[in-house]
Amino acid sequence: MARDVPAGDLRLVDLTKRFGAFTAVDDLNLTIGQGSFFALLGASGCGKTTTLRIVAGLEEPTSGQVLLGGRDIARLRPHKRPVNTVFQSYALFPHLDVFENVAFGLRRRGIRPVDGQVRQALSLMQLDGYERRRPAQLSGGEQQRVALARALINQPQVLLLDEPLSALDLKLRRRMQIELKRIQNEVGITFLHVTHDQEEAMTMADTVAVMNAGRIEQFGAPTEIYEFPATAFVANFLGQSNLIAGVVSGDNGGDILVTAHGARFAVPSARARADRGAVYLGVRPEKLHLADSVDQVPTDSQYLDGTITDASYAGVSTQYLLRAGGGTELSAFVANSGTQRRYGPGDRAVAYWNPRHAFLLGRRADENDRITPVLTEPVATA
Amino acid sequence: MSAFAHLPSVSGQPPPVARPGRHRLLPYLLLLPGAAWLFLFFALPLVQLATASLYDPNDTLSTGYTMTWAFGNYPAALQAYWPQFGRSFLYAGSALVLALLMGYPLAYAIACKAGRWKNLLLVCVVAPMFTSFLVRTLAWKTILSDNGWVVGLLRDVHLLGPDGRLLATPVAVVLGLTYNFLPFLVLPLYANLERLDHRLLEASRDLYANAWQTFRRVTLPLSMPGLIAGTLLFFIPATGDYINAELLGTPNEYMIGNVIDSAFLVRLDYPQGAALSLLLMAATLAVVFGCLRRAGAEELL
Repeated sequence: MARDVPAGDLRLVDLTKRFGAFTAVDDLNLTIGQGSFFALLGASGCGKTTTLRIVAGLEEPTSGQVLLGGRDIARLRPHKRPVNTVFQSYALFPHLDVFENVAFGLRRRGIRPVDGQVRQALSLMQLDGYERRRPAQLSGGEQQRVALARALINQPQVLLLDEPLSALDLKLRRRMQIELKRIQNEVGITFLHVTHDQEEAMTMADTVAVMNAGRIEQFGAPTEIYEFPATAFVANFLGQSNLIAGVVSGDNGGDILVTAHGARFAVPSARARADRGAVYLGVRPEKLHLADSVDQVPTDSQYLDGTITDASYAGVSTQYLLRAGGGTELSAFVANSGTQRRYGPGDRAVAYWNPRHAFLLGRRADENDRITPVLTEPVATA
Repeated sequence: MSAFAHLPSVSGQPPPVARPGRHRLLPYLLLLPGAAWLFLFFALPLVQLATASLYDPNDTLSTGYTMTWAFGNYPAALQAYWPQFGRSFLYAGSALVLALLMGYPLAYAIACKAGRWKNLLLVCVVAPMFTSFLVRTLAWKTILSDNGWVVGLLRDVHLLGPDGRLLATPVAVVLGLTYNFLPFLVLPLYANLERLDHRLLEASRDLYANAWQTFRRVTLPLSMPGLIAGTLLFFIPATGDYINAELLGTPNEYMIGNVIDSAFLVRLDYPQGAALSLLLMAATLAVVFGCLRRAGAEELL
């Protein structure tokens, strides 16, 4: 696995952080390429913020290394690291105006004159004319941009973003996502972005790492992770999945055969994370299509039939719950493109999918179906 | 509740009577006891004092006082007692410096580092207040006495000469002032530092500030309101104090408080005592305002 490490790669090696008996970060290994936009995604308490704070130097790891371009910085004081942070709360200095907040890092390093650089940083963030305002006089979005300018002006090798958009309202958040991506493109600095918002991670980052209980469950490009999750946790944390508990019953060359709820299904072996024993057959809700009867199902598809138990209309799409034989409940997003008939609770319907869109995951023998049907904000059915 | 509530209704319905009026009066009613107290025991005595300071200086208590607008009382008082004035500010200032050197680290430690010992330490700061000011100062007399162990130790390490002493020197008075008013400095400072946002300190460290720079550029400016409040609460009573100079010093260490005390109670020279009181007040106010303007009225806003 030896590969050339470019000068500025950030590598976390066997990183562990314990708080008493609690292990926040558990033997983490991660390489973040220079200039990439990397998102660390996980639920709260999964250790993602602790990881970020270790890189920033605000926590000391229990063991392991933080290598920046081959140099171990894990035990350097924060002010000695070529790394800057945009804090979740922004942590702008309330006693300093915008100009002095942004100039803070430069001044502490004895760089002068600061005028030109500060003005340039402010205009990159479209904050011209805000120099003499106090943080308390700014809106959330403006404070966010000041925090970004304050970090970026130091031209760190890695910029750490700790849920920087979580305090903004939805519309502003969308705009800042695009803005952040543009800025990252412009400055070419490595961004390590910590978030619990899977959509934010997917839209912004080149690479997403999904973290759970102090470990990385999977990392890769957003499409890769979404289309072919590695674990049941990822399948349900990043978007939703219908995970049907089954057992591998054999394979016929290119396909793996699965028995579930008395029916047999096939999944291409390239899309199987497990090829024997107990498995989950996974299908994304937007990859499930509905038909009135079995003879309308295309020949290359597989299906389960059942009764619609719930239909929630959400504008772009309608989310259906379908109770199939054997009691398993499937969730399906159907785009409201106007060509499909609407179903109501009680209607009979057939849910079908193309085997190329299904995936197989390993399962402990005692686990049952894992469907997460209730969701307020549907994933865009792209 | 908009302006409409106060408009007389045209349609013949009864207007929404009384309630708005009562609501407007209520704050003033609540102010009344305090205001009356302030008027009776602060404003009136102040006027009385100002009047007394302009009485004929040649009158005595037995002859009765006559109002002669004797503004000359002021320069006369100042000329007679400027050393005590200077000493007051010098001693209070020195005590303030000592108290800041001890009090800031103390308040910071209690607020930020004490953890579960916080409450106990706070009690320790406040506990001496449960005994009388006089008793505590008398205790210092014992501590600093010529055959006490403090003086003995200092003599042994040759910080004091063989017949050197602490009691009845300016050092003793300054130490007494420092001790007696320290809690007034520590408590507001503690209250302020306790609210300090530690994320700002992290941000500062993240932005290349070392520990000292973080203190100088973030902690200190953010604690300025508490520091100013504590300084004022320390400095004002310390300047006017006369117990410490009386118990721990000699007439050579007497401060302006001692002079005022003797003018009113011993020499019965009311015009001079009143003039000195007002001069002290004016000087303290001048120092306070000068201090506020320089040390960052900006930070207080």
